[in-house]
Amino acid sequence: MVTGVSRFLGARVAARLAADPRVDRVIGLDPFAPSPALAGLLTDVELIRADARAAGTAIAELGAEAVVHLAVTSAPDPQSGGRAAMKEQNVIGTMQLLAAAQGADRLRKLVVRSSTAAYGASFRDPAVFTEDTEPRAVPRGSFARDILDIEGYVRGFRRRRPDVAATVLRFAPFISSTAETSLTRYFAQPLIPTVLGRDARLQFVHVDDALEILHRSVVEDHPGTFNVAGAGVLALSQAVRRAGRVSLPLPEGTLSSAAALARNIGVGQIGLDQIDLFVHGRVVDTGRLVKEFGFTPRTTAAAFDDFIHGHRGGRALSADRLAAAEHAILDGIRRVRAAATQDQEHVAP
Amino acid sequence: MTQDEYHAALPGHADFALPATPPPKPLNGNRPGRRRPALPATEVHPPAQLEAAPPEAAAPAPARPEPGDPEPARGADPIDVWDRRVAGGLAFLRRRLAGAYEVDDFGFDPELNDAVFQPMLKVLYRDWFRTEVFGIENVPDTGGGLVVGNHSGTLALDALMLTVALRDQHPKDRHLRLLGADLVFRLPVLSELARKAGATVACNPDAERLMSHGELVGVFPEGFKGIGKRFSERYKLQRFGRGGFVSAALRTGTPIVPVAIVGAEEIYPILADLKPLARLLGMPYFPVTPTFPWLGPLGLVPLPSKWLIEFCPPIPTAHLTEYADDPMVVFNLADQVRETIQATLHSLLEKRPDPFGL
Repeated sequence: MVTGVSRFLGARVAARLAADPRVDRVIGLDPFAPSPALAGLLTDVELIRADARAAGTAIAELGAEAVVHLAVTSAPDPQSGGRAAMKEQNVIGTMQLLAAAQGADRLRKLVVRSSTAAYGASFRDPAVFTEDTEPRAVPRGSFARDILDIEGYVRGFRRRRPDVAATVLRFAPFISSTAETSLTRYFAQPLIPTVLGRDARLQFVHVDDALEILHRSVVEDHPGTFNVAGAGVLALSQAVRRAGRVSLPLPEGTLSSAAALARNIGVGQIGLDQIDLFVHGRVVDTGRLVKEFGFTPRTTAAAFDDFIHGHRGGRALSADRLAAAEHAILDGIRRVRAAATQDQEHVAP
Repeated sequence: MTQDEYHAALPGHADFALPATPPPKPLNGNRPGRRRPALPATEVHPPAQLEAAPPEAAAPAPARPEPGDPEPARGADPIDVWDRRVAGGLAFLRRRLAGAYEVDDFGFDPELNDAVFQPMLKVLYRDWFRTEVFGIENVPDTGGGLVVGNHSGTLALDALMLTVALRDQHPKDRHLRLLGADLVFRLPVLSELARKAGATVACNPDAERLMSHGELVGVFPEGFKGIGKRFSERYKLQRFGRGGFVSAALRTGTPIVPVAIVGAEEIYPILADLKPLARLLGMPYFPVTPTFPWLGPLGLVPLPSKWLIEFCPPIPTAHLTEYADDPMVVFNLADQVRETIQATLHSLLEKRPDPFGL
């Protein structure tokens, strides 16, 4: 059973599982119908249009052996109820799903999507988080707080059902040439607002690698908590330059209020989560993931390159143009100098 | 672990004696910087030089044609040299603008560091402070190391000069990864400069990660107590805190290299500390020096004192890994490091009778 199949990640995971011969039946649970583009993927998936409250009966009746919980929203969507609906889905939804899963006797596996936002953001944080790092302060962002709640429920579930292999995957922000998240929209803008005097260290994970990890955690047995991210780091300024965009540094306070204003109008989705990320940066150690899954996600730089390939439009400064400018300047200097020496030779005799 | 057991476990440390001080000879008047090519020829310390000699001898050989190169080229074709320099500068600019450079997990940017930060600091290091370095052969050529120094000078210029000393004088041109107070990482701009220069927050996970990756880590256990002390307390080491740096070194089995820095105390002599004002501004101290705040921004110009940096022999810790949580071992080792630095400070001060001499 896969929750959140009306969304990008859930639909793809469900489709991949349905195509795997090791999996007999895939049931998608979501209160919303998938968009027409995603519905094409879900032909082999039995869809149940219900929210997590119905999960109890569904899991029990169908005798599900594995539950993949992906119905976790990272940003409030003004069209479907905003922050209240987001919390309802993230926190209450997880609570109800786990309560149902606890009573299901045939359940053997639980996979939950989490995020590296679980590490919070503080100035005293170590530069690189391992799975054992505890957050030092309760984060400001709503998504990060939801993630902490969700992980708390999973901890409780693990205590009560030690026989179920529970996998918590802490994903770095997703990126690919086609994925649509608040961060990809952010990097697709021609003029990118950043926090003045801060240059966060960022990590991304490619969507295809995330799908591979999710797929493996369902068909194989990998209990535990794992960081999922591409190795390596991009500084925010570096990422902006690689994408050929222009950054607009704003003081943190101005950026916060501008983002809040934009959210109220209904444009832009930069929340406190993103601002915390841009101030503090977030880098995780993926050693445990690589060891346990035997799979290395492509590096952050490679994942970001793929994103750049998909978003060529709107670039102000591309690497080719810079190289061309460099050659033009060098040629210009050489020509001027050659002319100057020639003049000297003329004058000399 | 009792004191006796500690001594039994440490054959090398039980008969620990402070390094024998060579007869002091005043060094004022020697221009540093040009010493390095002359060193292999003079062979002042034959035993210590043996290990250092091959890389030392190998390094100038490929390096020599480069400084020598422009001379004949300038005679032949001056355009070529300048062409190459302009092309190099433009290529650097293009790489920076296109984001085509690497940053490590801690935000360290080696290219920016070597092209911008180090040359700027080197002017201060060589021409303003006339720094001289001793015992550079005590810093390991490869693998991790924990460089522990005395902290002084109101602004942490001593830490920056130490990075320049290691980058410039060490046969392997090692980068020093500093551990900074979290106040540094709270401030915008400064935090990012520190990260790009290779520093990170002083906490055990970061220190252990750096050391286990074979990096050279620099730490100043005195912290703000050291840099914020009065001028009358100069060259008196302050308390070393909880010795967290020792347990980090023990856990990773990294050798500890104590280093004594003389000269930083005189750059901004603190005559008084306005505590209420410091509390109001959220700073650890508010210094009053002969020039600050009287001369405004001019007061930020450091006084040109003469600097001496001496690296002491490394203290191995690989055989003590299981005692990382034993407070007895940790405190003993921290004390040993502290005493070594203090004794070396005294011997260096004897070599430098005049703080502002050449």
